[in-house]
Amino acid sequence: MKARNQLRAVLNLLAPFLGLLLVMVLFSLMPDIQDRFLRLANFKSVATQSVIVALGALGMTFIIISGGIDLSAASNIALASVITAYAINAGLPPAAALAAGVLTGGLVGVVNGCLITSLRLVPFIITLGMMGIGRGVAKWIAGNQKIDAPMTWVNELMAKSPRPSWLLLAPGVWLMILLAIAMAVVLRRTVFGRHILAIGSNESTARLCGIRTVRSKIWIYTISGLFCGLAGVMEFSRLTVGDPTVAVGLELDIIAAVVIGGGSLSGGQGSILGTMIGVFIMAFLRNGSTMMGWPNYIQEIIIGAIIVAAVALDQFRYRREA
Amino acid sequence: MNVHPPAAPALAMRGISKSFGATRALDEVDFELEAGRVHALLGENGAGKSTLMKILSGAIKPDAGRIILDGEPYAPAGPLDGRRRGISMIYQELNLAPHLTVEENIVLGREPRSFGFVDRTAMRNRVRSALELVHHPEISPGVRVKGLSVGAKQLVEITRALFEKTRILIMDEPTSSLSLEDTERLFEIIGRLKAEGVGIIYISHFLEEVQRVADTVTVLRDGRRVHTGDMSRVTLDDLIRMMVGREVKEMFPRLPHAVGEVVVSARKFRGKRMPSAVDLELHRGEILGLAGLIGSGRTEALRTLFGLDELDSGVVEVFGRASGRLAPNRMIRRGLGFLSEDRQGEGLALPQSLADNLTLSFFGPYVRLGFLRVKLQIRAAEDWIRRMNIKARHARQPVSSLSGGNQQKVALARLLHQKADILLLDEPTRGIDVVSKSQIYEWIGRLAQEGKAVLFVSSYFPELLGVCDRIAAFHRGQIVDVKPAEDWDEHRLMTAATMGRVA
Repeated sequence: MKARNQLRAVLNLLAPFLGLLLVMVLFSLMPDIQDRFLRLANFKSVATQSVIVALGALGMTFIIISGGIDLSAASNIALASVITAYAINAGLPPAAALAAGVLTGGLVGVVNGCLITSLRLVPFIITLGMMGIGRGVAKWIAGNQKIDAPMTWVNELMAKSPRPSWLLLAPGVWLMILLAIAMAVVLRRTVFGRHILAIGSNESTARLCGIRTVRSKIWIYTISGLFCGLAGVMEFSRLTVGDPTVAVGLELDIIAAVVIGGGSLSGGQGSILGTMIGVFIMAFLRNGSTMMGWPNYIQEIIIGAIIVAAVALDQFRYRREA
Repeated sequence: MNVHPPAAPALAMRGISKSFGATRALDEVDFELEAGRVHALLGENGAGKSTLMKILSGAIKPDAGRIILDGEPYAPAGPLDGRRRGISMIYQELNLAPHLTVEENIVLGREPRSFGFVDRTAMRNRVRSALELVHHPEISPGVRVKGLSVGAKQLVEITRALFEKTRILIMDEPTSSLSLEDTERLFEIIGRLKAEGVGIIYISHFLEEVQRVADTVTVLRDGRRVHTGDMSRVTLDDLIRMMVGREVKEMFPRLPHAVGEVVVSARKFRGKRMPSAVDLELHRGEILGLAGLIGSGRTEALRTLFGLDELDSGVVEVFGRASGRLAPNRMIRRGLGFLSEDRQGEGLALPQSLADNLTLSFFGPYVRLGFLRVKLQIRAAEDWIRRMNIKARHARQPVSSLSGGNQQKVALARLLHQKADILLLDEPTRGIDVVSKSQIYEWIGRLAQEGKAVLFVSSYFPELLGVCDRIAAFHRGQIVDVKPAEDWDEHRLMTAATMGRVA
């Protein structure tokens, strides 16, 4: 019985994995780019390019599992990148600037969480509003332009060839991996994780069982905010400027990653591993498409189709199990 | 109203068999129904009743056997086919669209049309005449369904079935959420349907009701038909024996227990959702029943006590200490446990595992530094599965895959697992088979023996009389009287509940 259950768990993850495999095999078979695609350097590049979406998606996974959503993720990233640049410009030590960026994200998260739990409005509406507010504040602080900042070690975080070279991958990538593992453990093996799953499955039941749903939700949005803040720092590191117009529409990529990975928008379902696979599916798609020289809109169409297919597959599986 | 007594039965199911994987749900079952008669279908949970009815309504296909409807072979491709042939099924879990009005729900799918636009006047007239039959104070065509009580919703569903010119109506646990008043109304409606030649298949666990309303009865056990015959020729004891296959000695085990000091006291206690203030006292080792009709304020009182609904005024003391602000997590810490009457909507997290649901209110023993020791949790859950006879394959199974009765056992097990000293149970045996009910009564008795206190809300008076030490009768939010159970009888409870006075 235990084996059967484990098999089911494996099969659950198999679908997104197969998707990833499919994407990679597809591009590996293209004669024009084969040699360039299947190279370590390319994989490192993809990994680095995934960091920002991945960090956002880690937090978003928790939010979606709890039955909520956060449309302000991308504007939060932009705001954090602006704050980080501003801080470095203002002469703060890089570590403090990094902290400022992350905490800004966290602050937005707290506001999201508090508004959602106190006003009786759905997260969609609240975070939609915060999306506009966040973007506006970012532009305001940046004086409606990009903020230049002197180079510091923060800019090394997303460097494709890291220093020291034994790291192999950019520090940002390692951070992404470590945080993904940590979050997976939190989700599966802590009481907090069980609480989130319960709230997402049935909030009334969770309340009835004495779970402090208000508190938990505020925590979830705060943690996600912190992740967005970190993603914002990475964005600044990558661009070397604080750009308030960056990451427009990225929230959809983030949400797509979670959904492709098996997260259900009605809550109670999802996994960190699935989300990461979703992130990489999209990253390899973009990477391969760019190499093939396909125009941007092809990528958008393909990703849109994948999202629909992923959700349809998920529903199909769910219906067969029930 | 024309009644043509048919020569042959309106419906004949012969040799129906169905398996789900390794489980043989139905084994060559025969079933007949005559027009204008009520045929009751009895059996424990899992005996095959639902499967048989789903085959009839067209929701699933049998592996073997055939069905003859009005002399014609009947093999529906799906439920829509079944409905077109005049077979309607009313499920225990209602199928209404909460955001639409009564009227819109009733005509859903069969809107009177005029060039593609809904003909509102025709719709309203036809709905009004259909509702005449039903006659419920809450129901009027323009009311949104989500505001109605459970009983009223069920009557809306029945009206919808009638609207579709049903010839065979299958009712699955129709009275489990109905007040006595609504149940009487339902029986009246059934009488009228019979006179119009509609055949009714009636599935229920309320055997006294079945005895009243049914002409014929069939008992299924483990997928086989063990009895079919006139209702008047069998006793309830016979039926229970046939359903269970063994003697069920006493429905209500009377376990001796001593009643001690006051553990919960609520004075001038009123919540925002309670019609009026009440005074309640609960003692250690006592089973206090809250009797009344649906809507009489018992559930609201219980929920306010547990902190699920807001408190307006009053003082609540638990174990002698003032309760402070009422909130579920605080009450759980004080030793209270709550079992909601809406177990799917508010008792369980359906996609989550049995183990998770069972330990959801008390992870304590399995936690170390915030981390969950999953193996310990699973082992404890398996222990409880055995102890409470829950029919499940393993503790990691999602709770959604269990039957209704077993789901309820999980919800109850959660309260026992969290070591609640004071249990607030809202309709704990609703919709459960006879054997499980008896088990639950036994656990409640044992809990009282161990010195726990139980508040038992139920609309089913016989079980309150059989299990409780004291019973409080509610009427429109007020407690009419509180007396030891021996000083009550069904008639007195009815009088208090319906008329608000002591007989």
